[in-house]
Amino acid sequence: MADEAVLRIEGLGKNFGGLRVTDDVTLDVREGELHAVIGPNGAGKTTLINQISGLLAPDAGRIVFCGEDVTTLPMHTRAARGLARSFQITSILPGFSALENVALAVQARSGTSFRFFGRASSEEALNAAARQSLAQVGLAERADVPAGELSHGEKRALELAIALAMEPKLLLLDEPMAGTGHDESARLVSVLRSLKGRFPMVLVEHDMGAVFALADRISVLIYGRILASGTPNQVRADPQVVAAYLGDEME
Amino acid sequence: MTEAALSAAPTARRSFLVGNALPIAIFVLFAVLPAFAVFSAETYLLSLVTRVMIFAIAALALDLLMGYGALVSFGHAAFIGLGAYTIGILSSHGITEILIALPVALVVAVLFAWLTGIVCLRTKGVYFIMITLAFGQMVYFTASSLAPYGGDDGLTIRARSTLAGLPIFGNDRALYYISLACLLGAYLLCRAIVASRFGRVYRGARENPLRVATIGFEVYRYQLVAYLIAGALGGLSGFLLGNATDFVSPAYMSWQRSGELLIMVILGGMGTLNGAIIGAAAFILAEEWLSGITEHWKVIFGPLLVLVAVFARGGLIGIATRLRGMRRG
Amino acid sequence: MSTTLLIVQTLNGLQLGVLLFLIAAGLTLVFGVMDFINLAHGVQYMLGAYLAVMFYGLTGNFLIALVLALFAALIFGLLLEFVVFRHLYDRDHLDQVIATFGIIMLLNQSVKLIWGAAPLSLPIPEIFSGSVVLMPGLLYPVWRLVIIVSGLAVALILYLLVSHTRVGMLVRAGASNAAMVSALGVDIRRLFMIVFGFGTMLAGFAGIMIAPILSVEPGMGDTILILAFVVIVIGGIGSIRGAFIAALLIGLVDTLGRSFSVDIMRLFLAPSPARTVGPAIASMLIYLLMALVLYFRPAGLFPAKGR
Repeated sequence: MADEAVLRIEGLGKNFGGLRVTDDVTLDVREGELHAVIGPNGAGKTTLINQISGLLAPDAGRIVFCGEDVTTLPMHTRAARGLARSFQITSILPGFSALENVALAVQARSGTSFRFFGRASSEEALNAAARQSLAQVGLAERADVPAGELSHGEKRALELAIALAMEPKLLLLDEPMAGTGHDESARLVSVLRSLKGRFPMVLVEHDMGAVFALADRISVLIYGRILASGTPNQVRADPQVVAAYLGDEME
Repeated sequence: MTEAALSAAPTARRSFLVGNALPIAIFVLFAVLPAFAVFSAETYLLSLVTRVMIFAIAALALDLLMGYGALVSFGHAAFIGLGAYTIGILSSHGITEILIALPVALVVAVLFAWLTGIVCLRTKGVYFIMITLAFGQMVYFTASSLAPYGGDDGLTIRARSTLAGLPIFGNDRALYYISLACLLGAYLLCRAIVASRFGRVYRGARENPLRVATIGFEVYRYQLVAYLIAGALGGLSGFLLGNATDFVSPAYMSWQRSGELLIMVILGGMGTLNGAIIGAAAFILAEEWLSGITEHWKVIFGPLLVLVAVFARGGLIGIATRLRGMRRG
Repeated sequence: MSTTLLIVQTLNGLQLGVLLFLIAAGLTLVFGVMDFINLAHGVQYMLGAYLAVMFYGLTGNFLIALVLALFAALIFGLLLEFVVFRHLYDRDHLDQVIATFGIIMLLNQSVKLIWGAAPLSLPIPEIFSGSVVLMPGLLYPVWRLVIIVSGLAVALILYLLVSHTRVGMLVRAGASNAAMVSALGVDIRRLFMIVFGFGTMLAGFAGIMIAPILSVEPGMGDTILILAFVVIVIGGIGSIRGAFIAALLIGLVDTLGRSFSVDIMRLFLAPSPARTVGPAIASMLIYLLMALVLYFRPAGLFPAKGR
């Protein structure tokens, strides 16, 4: 029963010097849910995502993904098992076209990449799947543009497309709306809404409108600890949360 | 290039020729050159261009590392030295059979690449440059202390490689064409690798290793394999060089030689593969020409390098591209 | 393996270490503060030696020759900085490697042009010539002791400068984060020049001090340059303390390794192979050491930049 959770974090802890950046964090993400993690700047949200994805090693605690303890597994192994993430600061391959960026992610799921002959760019199966991902985030028209030349909002969408192409079992989204304008974020919200239910997502965001529109559950992270966790209504009503964080945000 | 795949066959063929005009021209030139060399100084010209082609193979390997993987190896000459010393040592024991000597040379090179690669690839940036330099020095000093094989003075290779007893490297023309074939093979191999699935991951790792890891690729493995391939090509280059010069010495793998390889790649234009061949030709021909003018040609070449580093971004190919752009614009 | 030999070689190792430190200090600072790979640092060392020989030939006095050579080396270094290096600070390391490689070519050849290819020598000053008795049965050349003492003195001065003066603080800050220092309004150009000039003088000084016991010839800077790079990589780029410790370590390992390699090998092998394998291993020793250090600490022992 307890292992319906796709992701379970138990007692996760991380110190930077004397600073407790992640303090005994326990939470779980269930099949098909969108679990938002909110909190003020410096609360340790990105650090948490980094530990889940494997970029950072925790000092304490466990991370269980699809029933398997992945705490000591390197990042690329977790990714190969279906743990996808997008970055807060856009991390794409600027010299590659948008299509190639996504095709690389498709390639990772399509057999071995230790193939030294045959043009990768001519593999229609990879390209078709890549175009599908691009279409889902609205970048179908921009497939052949070098990723470095895309607008900021388009790059954020590309980040999402790359993650989607990985056919993730869990998607970690680190502030996907960071730096996007009103139209762009509305578009991203509708894309995320269309993806809801397909696979579970952990969404770290500051945009409260997006969070409350999308989240099935919200966890509030303050100074590295989970202050509250529950449905949006529960969290909205929690006096501790309002005092510590939401009070100002809701103005 | 994508257009070529989509359009009709004749246009595709034309587009292939146009897009590959430079390498086609280079190889055609190499192929017909011996015909022009019948008059005066035939041996000289043949041996000079053979040397160009041999170093071009090593330069291609280095471009694969530097230009496509951002792995700047300052110890690449070690592979050339290992290849040359392998056939030198085998030859001194009476073994000249290519079917033995070549595989051994390649295995030695790949083994060295593997042993050093697993250490080097844990570092990046300037540390990578330094540690490849260090390993190159290690091989250099090892060779210098091999008293039974000439030590510092080097080893004369009395018998060139033979194939099933046949002295196929017997005359300079044969050596020339075999080297040309090897260069063509190496070039096609590198082109294939760069465009392949492997190449895509490898090139992606140069752009953004974090992103590539997050997609699920273990970057280290891809870089190691590329390093092994580059090592093998370097070993091949050394095998040919030993046969071409009938000599091998520790100087073949000095850090100065590794530096010269770096210069060849950058001079021609890093990350283009064509540039590696052009750069090797430009460097060796310039060295030949200038040293004919004065014994102190390095006084001219040195500042030339400085100017290239400061002004000529993208090497000769970069300059040519910019000139073409200017003429159109 | 006598005690006398051990002590002598330890002192020799210390002397090499001190020499390496003088060269590595300038190299690591320039690299740490300006992020500039200066392969031409080795020729600064060579130039110091040649200038000392030249000025000694003109004046007949070692001390005057030393001062003049130091001054000339500084001028030349600043000239190089102004004409060439200044344009390369923003470039990537590869361009810097190519350019400074070209400088090495130019200067090695120029030195051959001006002074000829034959090795030159410089006599040890009278008062420091000869050997001194350190222990009964142990004679050690005075000049080598002078090198050790002067090298340690310079290290001390450097330490005081870097940790107790304002300029030193800027240098340490710059080695940690040059962009920040510049953003704080410090004239980074002048700081660079001071760092570079100082490094040049250190290398030149090393060359001058070693000239009486080594032959002065074109290309003498090349081998020591590689050793110096090994030192700063092991010590950690940008760290003077790291350079000091690594330099002494390498000086000792290399010297003792070379002296006792055959004996150590004889513990495992027969005398004949030991005599071949020994020296081979000895010359590889410091590179093995560097590989080992980098395997466990990919940024050296004391990296200045908190990576």
